[in-house]
Amino acid sequence: MITVDAVSKSFGKLKALDNISITCRSGECIALTGPNGSGKTTLIKSILGMIVPDSGKILVNGEDVAGGWKYREGIGYMPQIGRYPDNMTIGQVLDMIKDMRQTPAARLDEELIRAFKIPSLLHKRMGTLSGGTRQKVSACLAFLFQPDVLILDEPTAGLDPVSTEILKEKIVRETDKGKLILITSHVLSDLEELVSEVIYMQDGKLCFHKQIERLLSDTKEERLGRAIAKVMSGI
Amino acid sequence: MKKMTRYVMADILRNRIVIAYMLFLMVISFSIFSLEDNTSKGLLSLLNIVLLIVPLVSLIFSTIYVYNSAEFIELLVSQPVKRKVIWTSLFCGLAVALCLAFIVGVGIPVLIYAPGVTGWIMMACGCLLSAVFVSLALWGAVKIRDKAKGIGLAIMIWLLFTLLFDGLILWLLFQFADYPIENGMVAVISLNPVDLCRIFMLLFLDMSALMGYTGAVFKQFFGSVLGMIVSCMIMVLWVIIPFLLSLRIFNRKDL
Repeated sequence: MITVDAVSKSFGKLKALDNISITCRSGECIALTGPNGSGKTTLIKSILGMIVPDSGKILVNGEDVAGGWKYREGIGYMPQIGRYPDNMTIGQVLDMIKDMRQTPAARLDEELIRAFKIPSLLHKRMGTLSGGTRQKVSACLAFLFQPDVLILDEPTAGLDPVSTEILKEKIVRETDKGKLILITSHVLSDLEELVSEVIYMQDGKLCFHKQIERLLSDTKEERLGRAIAKVMSGI
Repeated sequence: MKKMTRYVMADILRNRIVIAYMLFLMVISFSIFSLEDNTSKGLLSLLNIVLLIVPLVSLIFSTIYVYNSAEFIELLVSQPVKRKVIWTSLFCGLAVALCLAFIVGVGIPVLIYAPGVTGWIMMACGCLLSAVFVSLALWGAVKIRDKAKGIGLAIMIWLLFTLLFDGLILWLLFQFADYPIENGMVAVISLNPVDLCRIFMLLFLDMSALMGYTGAVFKQFFGSVLGMIVSCMIMVLWVIIPFLLSLRIFNRKDL
Protein backbone atom coordinates (compact mmCIF):
# COMPACT_ATOMS: atom_id res chain seq x y z
CA MET A 1 0.00 0.00 0.00
CA ILE A 2 1.47 3.31 -1.12
CA THR A 3 0.10 6.74 -0.31
CA VAL A 4 1.57 9.74 -2.08
CA ASP A 5 0.27 12.98 -0.62
CA ALA A 6 0.76 16.33 -2.41
CA VAL A 7 4.34 15.62 -3.45
CA SER A 8 6.27 18.20 -5.46
CA LYS A 9 9.80 18.16 -6.73
CA SER A 10 11.70 20.57 -8.97
CA PHE A 11 15.07 20.21 -10.61
CA GLY A 12 16.11 23.81 -11.06
CA LYS A 13 13.36 25.45 -13.15
CA LEU A 14 11.88 22.13 -14.26
CA LYS A 15 8.93 20.93 -12.22
CA ALA A 16 9.35 17.15 -12.30
CA LEU A 17 6.48 16.46 -9.90
CA ASP A 18 3.72 18.99 -9.40
CA ASN A 19 1.50 18.37 -6.38
CA ILE A 20 0.95 14.65 -7.02
CA SER A 21 -1.43 12.64 -4.82
CA ILE A 22 -1.98 8.93 -5.45
CA THR A 23 -3.21 6.01 -3.40
CA CYS A 24 -2.27 2.48 -4.49
CA ARG A 25 -3.83 -0.52 -2.79
CA SER A 26 -2.56 -4.08 -2.55
CA GLY A 27 -3.75 -6.56 -5.15
CA GLU A 28 -3.63 -3.98 -7.90
CA CYS A 29 -1.35 -3.94 -10.90
CA ILE A 30 -0.96 -0.32 -11.86
CA ALA A 31 0.49 1.08 -15.06
CA LEU A 32 2.25 4.39 -14.68
CA THR A 33 2.44 5.92 -18.13
CA GLY A 34 3.07 9.21 -19.80
CA PRO A 35 5.37 10.74 -22.39
CA ASN A 36 9.14 10.86 -21.87
CA GLY A 37 10.08 13.28 -19.15
CA SER A 38 6.64 13.32 -17.56
CA GLY A 39 8.00 12.49 -14.11
CA LYS A 40 7.32 8.73 -13.94
CA THR A 41 10.79 7.74 -12.88
CA THR A 42 11.04 10.71 -10.50
CA LEU A 43 7.85 9.55 -8.78
CA ILE A 44 9.17 5.99 -8.47
CA LYS A 45 12.49 7.18 -7.15
CA SER A 46 10.73 9.36 -4.59
CA ILE A 47 8.83 6.32 -3.36
CA LEU A 48 12.12 4.43 -3.06
CA GLY A 49 13.73 7.30 -1.18
CA MET A 50 16.32 7.91 -3.89
CA ILE A 51 14.97 11.38 -4.50
CA VAL A 52 13.97 13.65 -1.67
CA PRO A 53 10.77 15.56 -2.56
CA ASP A 54 10.62 19.31 -1.93
CA SER A 55 7.26 19.02 -0.21
CA GLY A 56 4.56 16.44 0.50
CA LYS A 57 4.61 13.07 2.16
CA ILE A 58 4.94 9.46 0.98
CA LEU A 59 3.84 6.48 3.06
CA VAL A 60 4.71 2.88 2.16
CA ASN A 61 2.86 0.29 4.25
CA GLY A 62 2.26 3.04 6.78
CA GLU A 63 5.89 4.03 7.18
CA ASP A 64 7.09 7.49 6.21
CA VAL A 65 9.64 7.33 3.41
CA ALA A 66 11.54 10.44 4.54
CA GLY A 67 14.46 9.31 6.66
CA GLY A 68 13.19 5.72 6.80
CA TRP A 69 14.94 2.71 5.32
CA LYS A 70 13.26 -0.33 6.90
CA TYR A 71 10.21 -0.01 4.64
CA ARG A 72 12.37 -0.96 1.64
CA GLU A 73 12.39 -4.55 2.92
CA GLY A 74 8.86 -4.70 1.51
CA ILE A 75 9.77 -3.31 -1.91
CA GLY A 76 11.31 -5.03 -4.92
CA TYR A 77 12.68 -2.59 -7.46
CA MET A 78 13.71 -3.23 -11.02
CA PRO A 79 15.49 -0.15 -12.40
CA GLN A 80 15.26 1.13 -15.95
CA ILE A 81 18.98 0.60 -16.56
CA GLY A 82 20.48 -1.93 -14.16
CA ARG A 83 24.20 -1.39 -13.85
CA TYR A 84 26.34 -3.41 -11.50
CA PRO A 85 30.04 -3.46 -10.62
CA ASP A 86 31.76 -4.73 -13.76
CA ASN A 87 34.13 -7.02 -11.89
CA MET A 88 31.50 -8.96 -9.99
CA THR A 89 29.93 -12.12 -11.38
CA ILE A 90 26.17 -12.64 -11.46
CA GLY A 91 26.50 -15.13 -8.62
CA GLN A 92 28.36 -12.64 -6.48
CA VAL A 93 25.78 -9.91 -7.08
CA LEU A 94 22.93 -12.26 -6.14
CA ASP A 95 24.80 -13.45 -3.06
CA MET A 96 25.62 -9.91 -2.03
CA ILE A 97 22.02 -8.71 -2.13
CA LYS A 98 20.84 -11.89 -0.38
CA ASP A 99 23.50 -11.32 2.24
CA MET A 100 22.32 -7.76 2.72
CA ARG A 101 18.65 -8.60 2.97
CA GLN A 102 19.16 -11.49 5.37
CA THR A 103 16.02 -13.27 4.17
CA PRO A 104 15.93 -16.97 5.13
CA ALA A 105 16.60 -19.21 2.10
CA ALA A 106 13.18 -20.85 2.40
CA ARG A 107 11.45 -17.51 1.79
CA LEU A 108 13.36 -16.73 -1.40
CA ASP A 109 11.47 -16.84 -4.68
CA GLU A 110 13.89 -18.27 -7.22
CA GLU A 111 11.30 -19.00 -9.88
CA LEU A 112 12.54 -16.27 -12.25
CA ILE A 113 16.17 -17.24 -11.75
CA ARG A 114 15.32 -20.71 -13.02
CA ALA A 115 13.00 -19.49 -15.77
CA PHE A 116 15.67 -17.13 -17.13
CA LYS A 117 18.29 -19.93 -16.90
CA ILE A 118 20.51 -17.74 -14.72
CA PRO A 119 22.24 -20.67 -12.92
CA SER A 120 24.24 -21.47 -16.09
CA LEU A 121 25.49 -17.86 -16.22
CA LEU A 122 26.43 -17.44 -12.55
CA HIS A 123 30.17 -17.26 -13.22
CA LYS A 124 29.87 -14.52 -15.87
CA ARG A 125 31.13 -11.06 -15.01
CA MET A 126 28.55 -8.28 -15.04
CA GLY A 127 30.76 -6.19 -17.32
CA THR A 128 30.52 -8.75 -20.14
CA LEU A 129 26.72 -9.09 -20.06
CA SER A 130 24.35 -7.75 -22.68
CA GLY A 131 21.70 -5.21 -21.73
CA GLY A 132 18.99 -7.85 -21.84
CA THR A 133 20.80 -10.23 -19.51
CA ARG A 134 21.30 -7.40 -17.05
CA GLN A 135 17.59 -6.69 -17.20
CA LYS A 136 17.00 -10.34 -16.34
CA VAL A 137 19.30 -10.09 -13.34
CA SER A 138 17.46 -6.93 -12.23
CA ALA A 139 14.13 -8.72 -12.57
CA CYS A 140 15.37 -11.71 -10.57
CA LEU A 141 16.57 -9.41 -7.79
CA ALA A 142 13.25 -7.55 -7.68
CA PHE A 143 11.19 -10.72 -7.26
CA LEU A 144 13.68 -12.71 -5.18
CA PHE A 145 12.62 -11.57 -1.73
CA GLN A 146 8.85 -11.89 -2.12
CA PRO A 147 8.18 -8.22 -1.41
CA ASP A 148 4.64 -6.87 -0.90
CA VAL A 149 5.26 -4.06 -3.34
CA LEU A 150 6.97 -4.44 -6.72
CA ILE A 151 8.14 -1.42 -8.64
CA LEU A 152 9.19 -2.15 -12.20
CA ASP A 153 10.66 0.65 -14.29
CA GLU A 154 10.38 -0.18 -18.02
CA PRO A 155 10.64 -3.92 -17.27
CA THR A 156 10.32 -5.17 -20.83
CA ALA A 157 12.73 -2.73 -22.50
CA GLY A 158 15.64 -4.77 -23.83
CA LEU A 159 14.15 -8.19 -23.12
CA ASP A 160 13.62 -10.73 -25.90
CA PRO A 161 10.02 -11.86 -26.62
CA VAL A 162 10.39 -15.18 -24.74
CA SER A 163 11.73 -13.50 -21.61
CA THR A 164 9.11 -10.78 -21.84
CA GLU A 165 6.41 -13.46 -21.74
CA ILE A 166 8.05 -15.17 -18.76
CA LEU A 167 8.18 -11.85 -16.90
CA LYS A 168 4.57 -10.99 -17.78
CA GLU A 169 3.33 -14.35 -16.51
CA LYS A 170 5.25 -13.81 -13.31
CA ILE A 171 3.71 -10.36 -12.88
CA VAL A 172 0.21 -11.79 -13.32
CA ARG A 173 0.88 -14.52 -10.74
CA GLU A 174 2.22 -12.03 -8.21
CA THR A 175 -0.78 -9.73 -8.70
CA ASP A 176 -3.06 -12.68 -8.02
CA LYS A 177 -1.21 -13.27 -4.75
CA GLY A 178 -2.43 -9.85 -3.63
CA LYS A 179 0.72 -7.86 -4.16
CA LEU A 180 0.87 -4.28 -5.30
CA ILE A 181 2.67 -3.93 -8.60
CA LEU A 182 3.60 -0.59 -10.14
CA ILE A 183 4.86 -0.69 -13.73
CA THR A 184 6.09 2.23 -15.76
CA SER A 185 6.23 1.88 -19.48
CA HIS A 186 5.25 3.75 -22.55
CA VAL A 187 4.88 0.55 -24.53
CA LEU A 188 1.16 0.32 -23.85
CA SER A 189 0.54 -2.89 -25.78
CA ASP A 190 2.85 -4.68 -23.33
CA LEU A 191 0.83 -3.55 -20.35
CA GLU A 192 -2.67 -4.13 -21.62
CA GLU A 193 -3.05 -7.73 -20.44
CA LEU A 194 -1.46 -7.10 -17.06
CA VAL A 195 -2.79 -3.98 -15.48
CA SER A 196 -5.98 -3.22 -13.63
CA GLU A 197 -5.47 0.53 -13.21
CA VAL A 198 -3.80 3.26 -15.22
CA ILE A 199 -2.11 6.39 -13.92
CA TYR A 200 -1.32 8.90 -16.62
CA MET A 201 1.15 11.70 -15.99
CA GLN A 202 2.20 14.64 -18.12
CA ASP A 203 4.67 17.44 -17.35
CA GLY A 204 4.84 16.36 -13.73
CA LYS A 205 1.07 16.53 -13.25
CA LEU A 206 -1.33 13.68 -12.63
CA CYS A 207 -3.79 13.59 -15.54
CA PHE A 208 -5.94 10.67 -14.42
CA HIS A 209 -5.95 7.55 -12.26
CA LYS A 210 -8.64 5.16 -13.43
CA GLN A 211 -9.49 1.51 -13.53
CA ILE A 212 -8.82 0.12 -16.97
CA GLU A 213 -12.44 -0.95 -17.64
CA ARG A 214 -13.69 2.51 -16.77
CA LEU A 215 -11.09 4.11 -18.98
CA LEU A 216 -12.12 1.90 -21.90
CA SER A 217 -15.85 2.45 -21.36
CA ASP A 218 -15.44 6.20 -20.86
CA THR A 219 -13.58 6.51 -24.13
CA LYS A 220 -15.57 3.82 -25.95
CA GLU A 221 -12.34 2.26 -27.18
CA GLU A 222 -11.19 -1.35 -27.04
CA ARG A 223 -7.47 -0.90 -26.87
CA LEU A 224 -5.55 0.86 -24.12
CA GLY A 225 -3.28 2.73 -26.51
CA ARG A 226 -6.15 4.26 -28.45
CA ALA A 227 -8.08 5.04 -25.28
CA ILE A 228 -5.16 7.01 -23.88
CA ALA A 229 -4.57 8.75 -27.20
CA LYS A 230 -8.22 9.79 -27.15
CA VAL A 231 -8.06 11.09 -23.61
CA MET A 232 -4.88 13.00 -24.39
CA SER A 233 -6.32 14.68 -27.46
CA GLY A 234 -9.24 15.77 -25.30
CA ILE A 235 -7.08 17.44 -22.65
CA MET B 1 28.47 -2.77 7.07
CA LYS B 2 31.48 -5.07 7.23
CA LYS B 3 29.92 -7.21 4.53
CA MET B 4 29.43 -4.31 2.19
CA THR B 5 32.95 -3.02 2.75
CA ARG B 6 34.19 -6.47 1.85
CA TYR B 7 32.20 -6.51 -1.37
CA VAL B 8 33.39 -3.05 -2.39
CA MET B 9 36.98 -3.99 -1.57
CA ALA B 10 36.82 -7.24 -3.49
CA ASP B 11 35.52 -5.30 -6.49
CA ILE B 12 38.29 -2.69 -6.28
CA LEU B 13 41.11 -5.15 -5.70
CA ARG B 14 40.14 -6.97 -8.88
CA ASN B 15 40.32 -3.70 -10.79
CA ARG B 16 43.24 -3.56 -13.20
CA ILE B 17 44.16 0.01 -12.30
CA VAL B 18 44.78 -0.84 -8.66
CA ILE B 19 46.94 -3.78 -9.68
CA ALA B 20 48.84 -1.57 -12.12
CA TYR B 21 49.29 1.04 -9.36
CA MET B 22 50.68 -1.62 -7.04
CA LEU B 23 53.09 -2.96 -9.68
CA PHE B 24 54.15 0.57 -10.60
CA LEU B 25 54.99 1.40 -6.98
CA MET B 26 56.87 -1.87 -6.68
CA VAL B 27 58.94 -1.34 -9.83
CA ILE B 28 59.81 2.21 -8.79
CA SER B 29 60.77 1.19 -5.25
CA PHE B 30 62.93 -1.72 -6.41
CA SER B 31 64.67 0.35 -9.06
CA ILE B 32 65.40 3.23 -6.68
CA PHE B 33 66.83 0.93 -4.04
CA SER B 34 68.98 -0.93 -6.54
CA LEU B 35 70.32 2.36 -7.95
CA GLU B 36 71.16 3.89 -4.55
CA ASP B 37 73.72 2.35 -2.23
CA ASN B 38 72.71 4.56 0.65
CA THR B 39 69.31 3.33 1.88
CA SER B 40 68.62 6.64 3.56
CA LYS B 41 69.05 8.47 0.27
CA GLY B 42 66.99 5.77 -1.44
CA LEU B 43 64.15 6.30 1.00
CA LEU B 44 64.34 10.03 0.38
CA SER B 45 64.07 9.63 -3.39
CA LEU B 46 61.23 7.17 -2.94
CA LEU B 47 59.50 9.58 -0.56
CA ASN B 48 59.47 12.34 -3.16
CA ILE B 49 57.83 10.05 -5.69
CA VAL B 50 55.38 8.59 -3.21
CA LEU B 51 54.28 12.06 -2.10
CA LEU B 52 53.34 12.87 -5.70
CA ILE B 53 51.90 9.55 -6.84
CA VAL B 54 49.86 8.44 -3.83
CA PRO B 55 47.65 11.57 -3.64
CA LEU B 56 47.22 11.62 -7.41
CA VAL B 57 46.15 7.99 -7.76
CA SER B 58 43.99 8.03 -4.62
CA LEU B 59 42.15 11.14 -5.78
CA ILE B 60 41.63 10.29 -9.43
CA PHE B 61 40.88 6.60 -8.95
CA SER B 62 38.39 7.21 -6.12
CA THR B 63 36.66 9.99 -8.02
CA ILE B 64 36.25 7.87 -11.13
CA TYR B 65 35.19 4.87 -9.08
CA VAL B 66 32.42 6.84 -7.36
CA TYR B 67 31.12 8.19 -10.66
CA ASN B 68 31.24 4.79 -12.31
CA SER B 69 29.37 3.12 -9.48
CA ALA B 70 26.52 5.65 -9.56
CA GLU B 71 24.04 3.00 -10.75
CA PHE B 72 25.36 0.47 -8.28
CA ILE B 73 24.91 2.98 -5.46
CA GLU B 74 21.36 3.46 -6.76
CA LEU B 75 20.78 -0.28 -6.53
CA LEU B 76 22.06 -0.32 -2.95
CA VAL B 77 19.96 2.70 -1.99
CA SER B 78 16.85 0.84 -3.19
CA GLN B 79 17.70 -1.99 -0.76
CA PRO B 80 16.81 -1.79 2.93
CA VAL B 81 20.13 -0.27 3.93
CA LYS B 82 20.87 3.11 5.48
CA ARG B 83 22.58 5.58 3.20
CA LYS B 84 25.17 6.20 5.90
CA VAL B 85 26.19 2.54 5.78
CA ILE B 86 26.53 2.58 1.99
CA TRP B 87 28.74 5.66 1.94
CA THR B 88 30.89 4.53 4.85
CA SER B 89 31.43 1.14 3.24
CA LEU B 90 32.40 2.81 -0.01
CA PHE B 91 34.96 4.95 1.81
CA CYS B 92 36.35 2.04 3.84
CA GLY B 93 36.53 -0.20 0.78
CA LEU B 94 38.41 2.40 -1.28
CA ALA B 95 40.75 3.42 1.54
CA VAL B 96 41.61 -0.13 2.58
CA ALA B 97 42.12 -1.32 -1.00
CA LEU B 98 44.44 1.58 -1.88
CA CYS B 99 46.35 1.18 1.41
CA LEU B 100 46.81 -2.52 0.66
CA ALA B 101 48.14 -1.70 -2.81
CA PHE B 102 50.54 0.79 -1.24
CA ILE B 103 51.67 -1.59 1.49
CA VAL B 104 52.38 -4.34 -1.00
CA GLY B 105 53.91 -2.06 -3.63
CA VAL B 106 56.16 0.00 -1.39
CA GLY B 107 56.22 -2.04 1.79
CA ILE B 108 57.88 -5.16 0.40
CA PRO B 109 60.86 -3.35 -1.20
CA VAL B 110 61.27 -1.14 1.88
CA LEU B 111 61.24 -4.15 4.18
CA ILE B 112 63.86 -5.85 2.01
CA TYR B 113 66.23 -2.90 1.46
CA ALA B 114 65.62 -0.51 4.33
CA PRO B 115 63.97 -2.24 7.25
CA GLY B 116 63.59 -0.14 10.39
CA VAL B 117 61.56 2.62 12.01
CA THR B 118 61.88 5.00 9.06
CA GLY B 119 60.44 2.38 6.74
CA TRP B 120 57.46 1.82 9.01
CA ILE B 121 56.88 5.56 9.35
CA MET B 122 56.85 5.81 5.58
CA MET B 123 54.24 3.06 5.29
CA ALA B 124 52.07 4.75 7.92
CA CYS B 125 52.40 8.08 6.10
CA GLY B 126 51.48 6.47 2.77
CA CYS B 127 48.40 4.81 4.23
CA LEU B 128 47.23 7.98 5.97
CA LEU B 129 47.78 9.97 2.78
CA SER B 130 45.75 7.43 0.79
CA ALA B 131 42.89 7.73 3.28
CA VAL B 132 43.04 11.55 3.29
CA PHE B 133 42.82 11.77 -0.48
CA VAL B 134 40.12 9.11 -0.79
CA SER B 135 38.12 11.18 1.66
CA LEU B 136 38.71 14.38 -0.32
CA ALA B 137 37.83 12.57 -3.56
CA LEU B 138 34.52 11.35 -2.11
CA TRP B 139 33.70 14.90 -1.07
CA GLY B 140 34.41 16.23 -4.55
CA ALA B 141 32.54 13.42 -6.30
CA VAL B 142 29.39 13.74 -4.20
CA LYS B 143 29.34 17.52 -4.48
CA ILE B 144 29.62 17.69 -8.26
CA ARG B 145 27.23 15.80 -10.50
CA ASP B 146 29.19 16.11 -13.73
CA LYS B 147 31.94 13.53 -14.10
CA ALA B 148 34.32 15.70 -16.12
CA LYS B 149 34.03 18.58 -13.67
CA GLY B 150 34.47 16.18 -10.77
CA ILE B 151 37.70 14.81 -12.19
CA GLY B 152 38.80 18.39 -12.85
CA LEU B 153 38.21 19.23 -9.20
CA ALA B 154 40.21 16.16 -8.16
CA ILE B 155 43.15 17.33 -10.28
CA MET B 156 42.84 20.84 -8.80
CA ILE B 157 42.93 19.41 -5.27
CA TRP B 158 46.04 17.44 -6.18
CA LEU B 159 47.74 20.52 -7.69
CA LEU B 160 46.80 22.57 -4.66
CA PHE B 161 48.34 20.23 -2.13
CA THR B 162 51.41 19.12 -4.05
CA LEU B 163 52.42 22.32 -5.89
CA LEU B 164 50.38 25.44 -5.20
CA PHE B 165 50.52 25.12 -1.43
CA ASP B 166 54.32 25.03 -1.45
CA GLY B 167 54.34 28.06 -3.71
CA LEU B 168 52.10 29.88 -1.28
CA ILE B 169 54.39 29.00 1.60
CA LEU B 170 57.41 30.23 -0.31
CA TRP B 171 55.61 33.48 -1.05
CA LEU B 172 54.73 33.88 2.63
CA LEU B 173 58.33 33.18 3.59
CA PHE B 174 59.60 35.94 1.32
CA GLN B 175 56.91 38.40 2.36
CA PHE B 176 57.64 37.97 6.03
CA ALA B 177 61.35 37.24 5.74
CA ASP B 178 62.16 39.98 8.27
CA TYR B 179 59.92 38.56 10.98
CA PRO B 180 60.32 35.49 13.19
CA ILE B 181 57.60 33.38 11.59
CA GLU B 182 58.98 29.90 12.19
CA ASN B 183 56.23 28.99 14.66
CA GLY B 184 53.60 30.35 12.32
CA MET B 185 55.12 28.25 9.55
CA VAL B 186 54.58 25.11 11.58
CA ALA B 187 50.90 25.98 11.91
CA VAL B 188 50.50 26.78 8.19
CA ILE B 189 52.32 23.67 7.06
CA SER B 190 50.13 21.50 9.26
CA LEU B 191 47.27 22.50 6.99
CA ASN B 192 48.74 20.44 4.17
CA PRO B 193 48.71 16.67 4.69
CA VAL B 194 51.40 16.15 2.03
CA ASP B 195 53.82 18.57 3.69
CA LEU B 196 53.07 17.08 7.06
CA CYS B 197 54.16 13.67 5.80
CA ARG B 198 57.22 15.12 4.11
CA ILE B 199 58.44 16.90 7.24
CA PHE B 200 57.78 13.87 9.33
CA MET B 201 59.87 11.67 7.08
CA LEU B 202 62.68 14.24 6.76
CA LEU B 203 62.94 14.42 10.52
CA PHE B 204 63.26 10.68 10.79
CA LEU B 205 65.83 10.61 8.01
CA ASP B 206 67.80 13.30 9.92
CA MET B 207 67.71 15.61 6.95
CA SER B 208 66.29 18.49 8.97
CA ALA B 209 69.78 19.96 9.31
CA LEU B 210 69.52 20.84 5.62
CA MET B 211 66.56 23.07 6.32
CA GLY B 212 68.52 25.49 8.52
CA TYR B 213 66.85 27.37 11.32
CA THR B 214 63.34 26.45 10.16
CA GLY B 215 64.41 22.83 10.29
CA ALA B 216 65.47 23.26 13.89
CA VAL B 217 62.08 24.71 14.81
CA PHE B 218 60.37 21.83 13.02
CA LYS B 219 62.56 19.35 14.82
CA GLN B 220 61.72 20.99 18.12
CA PHE B 221 57.99 20.81 17.43
CA PHE B 222 57.46 17.68 15.33
CA GLY B 223 60.22 15.80 17.12
CA SER B 224 58.51 16.17 20.48
CA VAL B 225 55.87 13.75 21.66
CA LEU B 226 53.25 16.51 21.73
CA GLY B 227 54.15 17.53 18.19
CA MET B 228 53.79 13.97 16.95
CA ILE B 229 50.45 13.51 18.61
CA VAL B 230 49.20 16.84 17.26
CA SER B 231 50.36 16.10 13.73
CA CYS B 232 48.85 12.61 13.80
CA MET B 233 45.57 14.12 15.00
CA ILE B 234 45.67 16.68 12.21
CA MET B 235 46.13 13.87 9.67
CA VAL B 236 43.19 11.99 11.15
CA LEU B 237 41.10 15.16 11.02
CA TRP B 238 42.02 15.45 7.34
CA VAL B 239 40.48 12.02 6.87
CA ILE B 240 37.39 12.55 9.00
CA ILE B 241 36.26 16.09 8.15
CA PRO B 242 35.98 15.78 4.33
CA PHE B 243 34.35 12.38 4.82
CA LEU B 244 31.72 13.71 7.22
CA LEU B 245 31.02 16.62 4.87
CA SER B 246 30.55 14.20 1.97
CA LEU B 247 28.32 11.97 4.10
CA ARG B 248 26.10 14.95 4.93
CA ILE B 249 25.68 15.77 1.27
CA PHE B 250 25.14 12.12 0.27
CA ASN B 251 22.38 11.67 2.87
CA ARG B 252 20.29 14.38 1.19
CA LYS B 253 21.31 13.79 -2.40
CA ASP B 254 18.91 12.94 -5.22
CA LEU B 255 20.18 9.87 -7.02
